[in-house]
Amino acid sequence: MPTALYRVIVALLLLLPLAVHADDARDFAAANNSQQATLLQSWAAQPAPARVELINSLQQGQLTVDGQTKTLRLNNRLRGLIDTALASHQLLASDPKLRLSAAQHLQKSASPAQLSFLDRQLAGETDSDVHTALSLALANLQLVDPDPAVRLAAVRLLGETGEPLARTRLETLLQPGVETDATVHTAAETSLSQVKRKLMIGDLLGQAFSGLSLGSILLLAALGLAITFGLLGVINMAHGEMLMLGAYSTYCVQLLFQRFAPGAIEFYPLLALPVAFFVTAAVGMVLERTIIRHLYGRPLETLLATWGISLILIQLVRVLFGAQNVEVANPAWLSGGLQVLPNLVLPYNRLVIIVFALAVVVLTWLLLNKTRLGLNVRAVTQNRNMAACCGVPTGRVDMLAFGLGSGIAGLGGVALSQVGNVGPDLGQGYIIDSFLVVVLGGVGQLAGTVYAAFGLGIANKILEPQIGAVLGKILILGLIILFIQKRPQGLFALKGRVID
Amino acid sequence: MLEPILDPNKDAGSSRDAISFGQRVEPGLNTRHGTILTLEDISVSFDGFKALNNLNLYIGVGELRCIIGPNGAGKTTMMDVITGKTRPSEGQAWFGETLDLRQMSEVQIAQAGIGRKFQKPTVFEALSVFENLELAQKTDKSVWASLRATLSGEQKDRIGEVLHTIRLSGSAHRPAGLLSHGQKQFLEIGMLLVQDPQLLLLDEPVAGMTDAETEFTAELFKSLAGKHSLMVVEHDMGFVGSIADHVTVLHQGSVLAEGSLEQVQADERVIEVYLGR
Amino acid sequence: MNQPLMVTAAQKAGPTVTTLVGGLVLLVLLALPLLSLLPADSPFQVSAYTLTLVGKILCYAIVALALDLVWGYAGRLSLGHGLFFALGGYAMGMYLMRQASGDELPAFMTFLSWTELPWYWVGTQHFWWAMCLVVLAPGLLALVFGFFAFRSRIKGVYFSIMTQALTFAGMLLFFRNETGFGGNNGFTNFRSILGFGITEPGTRAALFFATVLLLVVSLFLGWKLARSKFGRVLTALRDAENRLMFCGYDPRGFKLFVWVLSAVLCGLAGALYVPQVGIINPGEMSPTNSIEAAVWVALGGRGTLIGPLLGAGVVNGMKSWFTVAFPEYWLFFLGALFIIVTLYLPKGVIGLLKKKADQ
Repeated sequence: MPTALYRVIVALLLLLPLAVHADDARDFAAANNSQQATLLQSWAAQPAPARVELINSLQQGQLTVDGQTKTLRLNNRLRGLIDTALASHQLLASDPKLRLSAAQHLQKSASPAQLSFLDRQLAGETDSDVHTALSLALANLQLVDPDPAVRLAAVRLLGETGEPLARTRLETLLQPGVETDATVHTAAETSLSQVKRKLMIGDLLGQAFSGLSLGSILLLAALGLAITFGLLGVINMAHGEMLMLGAYSTYCVQLLFQRFAPGAIEFYPLLALPVAFFVTAAVGMVLERTIIRHLYGRPLETLLATWGISLILIQLVRVLFGAQNVEVANPAWLSGGLQVLPNLVLPYNRLVIIVFALAVVVLTWLLLNKTRLGLNVRAVTQNRNMAACCGVPTGRVDMLAFGLGSGIAGLGGVALSQVGNVGPDLGQGYIIDSFLVVVLGGVGQLAGTVYAAFGLGIANKILEPQIGAVLGKILILGLIILFIQKRPQGLFALKGRVID
Repeated sequence: MLEPILDPNKDAGSSRDAISFGQRVEPGLNTRHGTILTLEDISVSFDGFKALNNLNLYIGVGELRCIIGPNGAGKTTMMDVITGKTRPSEGQAWFGETLDLRQMSEVQIAQAGIGRKFQKPTVFEALSVFENLELAQKTDKSVWASLRATLSGEQKDRIGEVLHTIRLSGSAHRPAGLLSHGQKQFLEIGMLLVQDPQLLLLDEPVAGMTDAETEFTAELFKSLAGKHSLMVVEHDMGFVGSIADHVTVLHQGSVLAEGSLEQVQADERVIEVYLGR
Repeated sequence: MNQPLMVTAAQKAGPTVTTLVGGLVLLVLLALPLLSLLPADSPFQVSAYTLTLVGKILCYAIVALALDLVWGYAGRLSLGHGLFFALGGYAMGMYLMRQASGDELPAFMTFLSWTELPWYWVGTQHFWWAMCLVVLAPGLLALVFGFFAFRSRIKGVYFSIMTQALTFAGMLLFFRNETGFGGNNGFTNFRSILGFGITEPGTRAALFFATVLLLVVSLFLGWKLARSKFGRVLTALRDAENRLMFCGYDPRGFKLFVWVLSAVLCGLAGALYVPQVGIINPGEMSPTNSIEAAVWVALGGRGTLIGPLLGAGVVNGMKSWFTVAFPEYWLFFLGALFIIVTLYLPKGVIGLLKKKADQ
């Protein structure tokens, strides 16, 4: 904690009467709405550390006067003012994180009355992040300063940031008739183009990231499909419903944690992973043994039968859980994000999902290429009869492979539950996209699936801002059709003599 | 039974107009030098594996050539190259003197007069034997023609004739899917006959046939030779011996030996390839 | 697939029975609209609800027949026929919207703040041009898609997935407000067609007649096709495409012809569906609808001409009964139907009857 700040605080403390808390509370309780607003504004302009507790409780809607707590009715304006006052007070806090968030809040909401206070704080601030944030907040205010020199400095300062807010402020300033001073006007134009350039970099990176993120989700959705389609030749239209079941398993695990282990609720997604895997794998294996087994070698029939299965599963979930979306909350360690640039935040849940998707791919690859089961699966894929002659239990292998594909979908469902709505129709939205990934990637090729998923994800997100999400999708479909003209077997397919 | 398409002794230009049953013949098949099929330096590779390696093969007009070779020698791939199913990465493939097979689609090649019988008999199983032959018969095969097509008396007679030849007259209206394996083989040969190609590629035509059927097939092929050119891939040495005067041995994608059956059977390298060291 | 699918079960069961049943059904269908014109207190009067329901099912039957041409005969399962159906429906729907709004922009366009008609709707106030669009829109789309799809020999499940993605993309496009297709709500509140009130019993009866006529014409077309050499080439194509190519046929033209024909039939069915039902919205393009059409065909028996009609009738009849009596269980039933048909009825009901008749 900077000593200068200490001094300020100590001085303030000495100046103010010790009973400041009690008095303020009483004042606030006695005041009507507009007086309360004035009061809050004056507090924001001249914060006192002793008032922090009071404002905190005000923010909760509580007011304690002489030991009695009553609940306040606040309107939106008052709420906003309370937040600003609180931010103002938090600038006095010792935790730089708290000061940073307070400064960021003030960038949006500071009023000219706080100018001198902010000026003082800026002088005493030593943490560089907080300093930048604070100077921005100050610059925002100084834009309306009567002195052109101050405005010029503020405009230059804004130009050095990459804040989306700085752009709007500068744009307001550049509207005709707002800024009269020519120098400031020119400087504002320069600053604006500077800000825009910085913002564009952030936007591009953001698009790339959301492309990666979409790609990882497509990958999780399509990987299981690539196994069931590529290895078993089964078109599993109920694959989307496996994702849905995975997400609902997550929901159930969350409910169980809420009821029985509320202390460990932070970690429910970790338990949800194996639960979802086994639930969906079990469902998949049952379906394989009862229905799909009879349809090998007739892909169009499996398509229709599994569509029937998907209808039944959707309706079953609707009956059991209701047709509405259910709420799956992010645990704290998955909410929030990594601030890379002022306009680029990488949400933790998406980061984790990208890593998770790659981990699942690696595990699947290991399973298929380094284990006995994988060997059996590949043998059955290549020559079912020969494998059976070698003593491979083809029936069991089919069942396990289908279970594996479904289980991976279940894992995907856990991931999806952390980024999107969980409802009975969840799977329907993914099935077509996942099929396109498999078609594009080539049958039976994990690498192809990975490339196709990320390729489609990034292409989608790059096209989206240019021509809109829908046209982008249609364009991508067109491109896939054209691509298949060139490579009917997908990106990665083994060439060989055509067997008739 | 079959009228001659080509008389190698005559000048190729004049004889082709006298094709039987008023069928069209593709103009422009130039066989002036007596070669109907020319494969030169053909190479095909699948992901690094060379299925064909500088293969050279010439089939004369009216010749009956047998191709033998161990498994993986490239026999089927060679047929794929000739019929346009696989494109060679190097080399030249000519039908007659002027038709570049590398530039033609499978359909164009078939229409130009190369017929193929697959290793595994493929017939249209849902259609009757008669309908199978009807579809194969040489005629205008465009969409519009098919919409309006009716069989002329001549065409019916021709189909009847072929049905008789392949001994399936009694099963003319049975679905082809219900035929025995040997009967399917014959039906496919019959489909080639009505297609009236100038070059017939036959991939293991007697597999799954009884001895009597094999013998009959040998007779049939011998009667075809001279009027058509035939290229027969076969493992059954007895069969090869009974029909072929000229045999080509393929090994690892190129020609190992060529000559009469006795000659190649005496060839050291051929013995080595077949029997191992 | 060892049975000659060309021979319909009806032919096996004996032409007299078929003619009798077919004639009877046709008679009933022709009588229905006449009965609907009777006064309401007559015991034989057919309600507008019933007439609309049967008319709707007949439109679906045409779709099923069209789907069967490409699936049952040519062996390409399309999961995108709902798109062609909806395109025909939208073309007709726009004509009806223009009829309702007179010289003004259609109500939905003013509502979505359009100031002028987009180019693709120009001329839709004329009935004849709307009819051209009904044929052209699905026909051209099918032509372009089919050209590329068949050129690269996309087949089997790949083709199905592509068509499904196509109709999905279409649905997304039509859902948007700014594309000029009425967005989520689609087209509705029709008033008149060719100057006749759309809810008049006479108009309803005429539309019903037109639907029956289209069905009979499609059936006749299908019958002619199936009996021609073209039909045999299609069957050959379904079972052994490579062999067909080595016989000297270019399969692309055959596939494209039947594919476009099928799409146009669907478009026409859609155009008759819209004025009878009174609404068209992007939901018709949802992949669910198209795949449902596949189960009509599968249930009835693909590769036959009567099967799809039977399947469409039975499934849609069940649907309207279920959704009233037990709405919760309809999806269970439909799902089970998909499974049972594929597992136990590979040749559909017609195949079952044929087997019975053979024994």
